[in-house]
Amino acid sequence: MLIEIVLVVAIGVVTVLLTRSTANARHQAIRRLLLVGFVVVAVVSVLYPAWLTYVAKAMGVGRGTDLLLYALVIAFVSYIATSHRRANLLSRKITLLARELSLAEARLARPEDGAPGSGDTAADRRDDPA
Amino acid sequence: MVTMHESDAVAPRRAPLGKARYDDVCLVVPLYNEGAVIGQVVKDAMVTFPHVVCIDDGSSDDSGEQAREAGAVVLRHAVNLGQGAALQTGIEYARSLPGIHYLVTFDADGQHQVDDAAAMVDLARQEDVAIVFGSRFLDSRTRPGLLKRLVLGTAVWFTNKSTGLRLTDAHNGLRVVRVDAARGVNLQQDRMAHASEIVLQLGRTRLPWREYPVHLLYTDYSRSKGQSLWNSVNILVDLVFK
Repeated sequence: MLIEIVLVVAIGVVTVLLTRSTANARHQAIRRLLLVGFVVVAVVSVLYPAWLTYVAKAMGVGRGTDLLLYALVIAFVSYIATSHRRANLLSRKITLLARELSLAEARLARPEDGAPGSGDTAADRRDDPA
Repeated sequence: MVTMHESDAVAPRRAPLGKARYDDVCLVVPLYNEGAVIGQVVKDAMVTFPHVVCIDDGSSDDSGEQAREAGAVVLRHAVNLGQGAALQTGIEYARSLPGIHYLVTFDADGQHQVDDAAAMVDLARQEDVAIVFGSRFLDSRTRPGLLKRLVLGTAVWFTNKSTGLRLTDAHNGLRVVRVDAARGVNLQQDRMAHASEIVLQLGRTRLPWREYPVHLLYTDYSRSKGQSLWNSVNILVDLVFK
């Protein structure tokens, strides 16, 4: 049946999206176009439910509501994919910020260049001219 | 236990040889809520290694204070980021220190032995290799349970497949990394999955490496917070869904 192929391909595409970068402009544009398409289809299916059933029959699904459910599942999974991606990028930034902060703190704590560590630690006892 | 030797000219290779021998070595110790043991771990390490850097990864206990009192330099993450992130911060700090030629990654929970670390640095110097990986499975001193062996075996297989190196132990925190190799390390895995990532990145430097048999002490303390099976599931997911 057509619907099986469509669903399996869609889930596959979403899984690939999960593992790949979606940060560039093309990906962003595609995501936004898909979102617009989703909204249009949603409005049309509310106004003309018979149309939804027609499409569903053409794809081998019994009822229009079933097709709607499948579409929702795909939309939900791709939402997970993009939000996972975004959360990762965000935590990357937090990591880099926290690291910069702690390295900067360490630089401030080092009284003179060449001696690692703050002045009150035993680690400072070294006579390295470098 | 480690003891101090004043004269290091005639000491045997495995014995701690005093601070002067290891003055160009910096221990990098990621630290998260190990207040119970970190003081002793740092004190033991500093008998041999004069430079110890602890990265307090947003601990909620007094780990950072304990480490500082014991004599370590303590960097602090304002929030908890994970062991991989702490390791990367420590590596970036240590490799920028003047006069440091070797970095040793060392666990804060007291599993690793200072003698092993010293012997691994000696090996790196003698054979002029850039990286020495500690391995639990080159000899029979370490005795993990059956389940642990199974999990670790899978981890080794996965790491070797994905990195192209042939290691006998993938998730061992004890490593010696020369500064030139450390410059090739840029860990993106903030949590536990960094263990495979660091092997991959060190392998990419194409610098010579060795393995060295080390002994891990599976104390009740370390067992109580060791890697569970759930953890390995998380590691796998982290590696696949970057």
